[in-house]
Amino acid sequence: MSQYPGARGLAFKEALLWERGRKGRVGISLPERDVPRSELDAGLVGDKPELPELSEVDVVRHYTRLSTWNFGVDTGTYPLGSCTMKYNPKVNERTAGLPGFANLHPMMPEDCVQGALKLMYELERDLLEITGMHAASLQPSAGAQGELAGMLMIHAYHAHKGKQRHKILMPSTAHGTNPASAALCGYVPVPVQLSPDGVVTPEAIRQVMDEETAGIMITNPNTLGIFERHIAEIAEIIHEKGGLVYGDGANLNALMGYADVEKMGIDVMHVNVHKTLSTPHGGGGPGAGPVVARDVLEPFLPVPRVKKDGDRYSLSSDAPLSIGRLHSFFGSFAVLVRALAYTRTLGKRLKDVTEMAVLNANYVKAELKDAYNLPFPQPSMHECVFNDALQHKQGVTTLDIAKRLIDFGYHPPTVYFPLVVDGALMIEPTETESKADLDGFVEALKTIAEEAGTNPEAVTNTPQNTAVIRPDEVLAARKLILRGEMPR
Amino acid sequence: MRYLSHTPDDLREMMEVIGIERVEELFDSIPKNARRDSEIAIEPRSEWRLLREFEEMAQANRTGTAFIGAGSYSHHVPAHIPYLASRSEFITSYTPYQPEVSQGTLQAIFEFQTLTGSLLGMEIANASMYDGASALAEAALMAIRVKKKPKIALSRLNHPHYIQVLNTYFKPTDFETAELGALPDGRTDYGKIPEDVSAVIVQSPNFMGVVEDLAAAAEAAHAKGALLVVSFTEAMAWGLLKNPGSQGADIVCGEGKSFGIPQNFGGPGVGMLACKKDFVRTIPGRLVGQTVDKNGERSFVLTLAAREQHIRREKAVSNICTNSGHNALTAAMYMATAGKEGLREIAQINHDKAAYLKAGLERAGFKPLFDAPFFNEFALTAPAEFEKRRGELAEKGFAAGLKLDAFPEYKEYKDAYLFCATEVHTRDVLDAFLESLKFLKEVA
Repeated sequence: MSQYPGARGLAFKEALLWERGRKGRVGISLPERDVPRSELDAGLVGDKPELPELSEVDVVRHYTRLSTWNFGVDTGTYPLGSCTMKYNPKVNERTAGLPGFANLHPMMPEDCVQGALKLMYELERDLLEITGMHAASLQPSAGAQGELAGMLMIHAYHAHKGKQRHKILMPSTAHGTNPASAALCGYVPVPVQLSPDGVVTPEAIRQVMDEETAGIMITNPNTLGIFERHIAEIAEIIHEKGGLVYGDGANLNALMGYADVEKMGIDVMHVNVHKTLSTPHGGGGPGAGPVVARDVLEPFLPVPRVKKDGDRYSLSSDAPLSIGRLHSFFGSFAVLVRALAYTRTLGKRLKDVTEMAVLNANYVKAELKDAYNLPFPQPSMHECVFNDALQHKQGVTTLDIAKRLIDFGYHPPTVYFPLVVDGALMIEPTETESKADLDGFVEALKTIAEEAGTNPEAVTNTPQNTAVIRPDEVLAARKLILRGEMPR
Repeated sequence: MRYLSHTPDDLREMMEVIGIERVEELFDSIPKNARRDSEIAIEPRSEWRLLREFEEMAQANRTGTAFIGAGSYSHHVPAHIPYLASRSEFITSYTPYQPEVSQGTLQAIFEFQTLTGSLLGMEIANASMYDGASALAEAALMAIRVKKKPKIALSRLNHPHYIQVLNTYFKPTDFETAELGALPDGRTDYGKIPEDVSAVIVQSPNFMGVVEDLAAAAEAAHAKGALLVVSFTEAMAWGLLKNPGSQGADIVCGEGKSFGIPQNFGGPGVGMLACKKDFVRTIPGRLVGQTVDKNGERSFVLTLAAREQHIRREKAVSNICTNSGHNALTAAMYMATAGKEGLREIAQINHDKAAYLKAGLERAGFKPLFDAPFFNEFALTAPAEFEKRRGELAEKGFAAGLKLDAFPEYKEYKDAYLFCATEVHTRDVLDAFLESLKFLKEVA
């Protein structure tokens, strides 16, 4: 591999919006004034909002230049563990932009929104088909709100049974947001001992599960990328004690066509459509986090839910046990359109997606296992976790490795997560990376491992090619500047 | 499959490196009792067939001309905004954890925080929440963290869906809400705020479209030692109205979808959340801060992560992770495009169009439900014949207002409708709609 994608190019400086502005510019086309002016009571009218004054061209140059400082999946390999940064198909964008969807007001009479309701109904069906679960709600706006929905449902279930519980089991291999989602329901997370091979065992669960415990939040495959093979037995123990099982669906990309979520014993799970179902992450959202549930939890799903009666679709909030509403309207509808475009494009070939995602992760793992320490050598699913144990002795850390990778033209893996691995490098290539791209990525990491031994400064003194180099995060937190100075 | 690129040769080579003969072996760790035994019963579609099916569903919706706001407003989206926002470096990137390769997103969000702060008259704004409703729920939780009293006072003229979401977030907690009623003029009654509340939460313009007296709300809240939380569903209003910060708001939350984001059947939007500087350590969500890099160059990073779920775990101020980053970017583009003069002018035109529609409806026999100032939305009581023939109006492509007594929360506003007009409603359209109501006169 002589050619890495990373290279120097002409990079543009770009000021802040208001530094570009000049008094008197307007970048928007103002609507014709075809009705008389109506004066609002002067006491209610404020000063004009202090916004920058720019032309349309200023705005276009500004954001075009900013965009060139970003790395996206369309730019290159983005193996961010736990985030499933797969290719975002462009036809999905086309479907979401159809005027019948994009211009649809959410409070139109039901007659006028039959197509939108049908789309939601069809997506629910696909989610149930993929997971094997019984019922779905599309309300949650993102993964963490889906987790919250699941926790609220478990909370409401116990309340309905007449006795609330106060604890929730939380293996250290659960997703980062899980403890905070449980805490919103007042549940105290109880740690679960991991077995030496990185999974939760029935014995460990038996030790901690009791009738004060609402259930478990479990991620499968877990954040080490290992399948929790005792999941069904674990669920049985939880259920015997009257608890419920929350499955974090962030790693669903490893399971499609192979595992049955309901058979695993999971009672409720969220699906990150901006991970598994290819909707773009947008530099931080919006995503969508629909929840799927087993029949016992269906009455508790968030409302409103879509119903089908003959050819007619409607929204119903008639569910007295429901946890209620989570979104201003009907969830991240435009994101859900993209998700359905994906499930309908792939269909049964979602199994191929899962196969290639797991194959790619195992290929990277096999290629790198001599160059980097692998704390858990057990079989991996869609991601694998290395750490910097070998390089650390040479004065090179996980952070350095990540920054050096950037110069080679690859987005770094997730670093320092999961917390159960010191200095973790969590690699999730996803199925859409070609062998050539994976080979380049592997070669770069091998080169870095070599450099760590021969010339550690070549690794630590990086990145070199980026617009900025190791911004001072400590300074940012100590001397907070969260807002720019708009000139008056 | 066009999204997957391995050739048979690639597969063979890769399997050899891994040491397997069949891909299925990689799934041996999934035991039988967790295995799926059938294939996924969804038929794959070609791109053209997929588009045909989606076009069919999209066409089964009737978008028409909606004189409805109620939390989702028709505004013109300038052509360059979706064009710019759809640059794939913005769309296909993740949360900016690696600042060196995310300065585009980070600077854009820093600018969003700045512009949002300016718009709302607040010192600090975060990188966004999911939507207006979750922003309100999180603002209430935040106020309780600040004041440590487990109760809030909530105007019943907040958007009913937002109240429902707040109730969902409150359900597993010991937190309580006290309802503040409506005065005859359609404003919130601040006369009966309980003593022991952390916050008074009021929406302006409120669900009935009425501009609240926020200075009076602030005075009443502060007199009880409570914070004033101002919510909004129509960000455009702040182009014309006195901003909440200048009237004493402590926390401001709301929906920013009016700024360049299509209606999309209600979502996704962009939750805005802003507060006084003193509360910065308890605000939920991401914050982008300015700093310098190794060479002293101005740069931007995610900061104060110690508040957040991935660091603080169960002690975090919120569980939010992914927010509405891309819509925040879009909203900032819109605010920058409209600018100080443009936003004022568009906001003024919104008010003008709504005033024109309201006057026309009054001439047709509608009566104002409240005698109160409004921005682009208002409630009227309809003549008896109106409801019977609203279906005909729908046939002509008009969504003629939102029936208030269809909301369980507003049963008392019998035969009243909430109307909205914005800059997209040309005079021709407004006149055609008013003309279509002439049957009301004939009946009278």
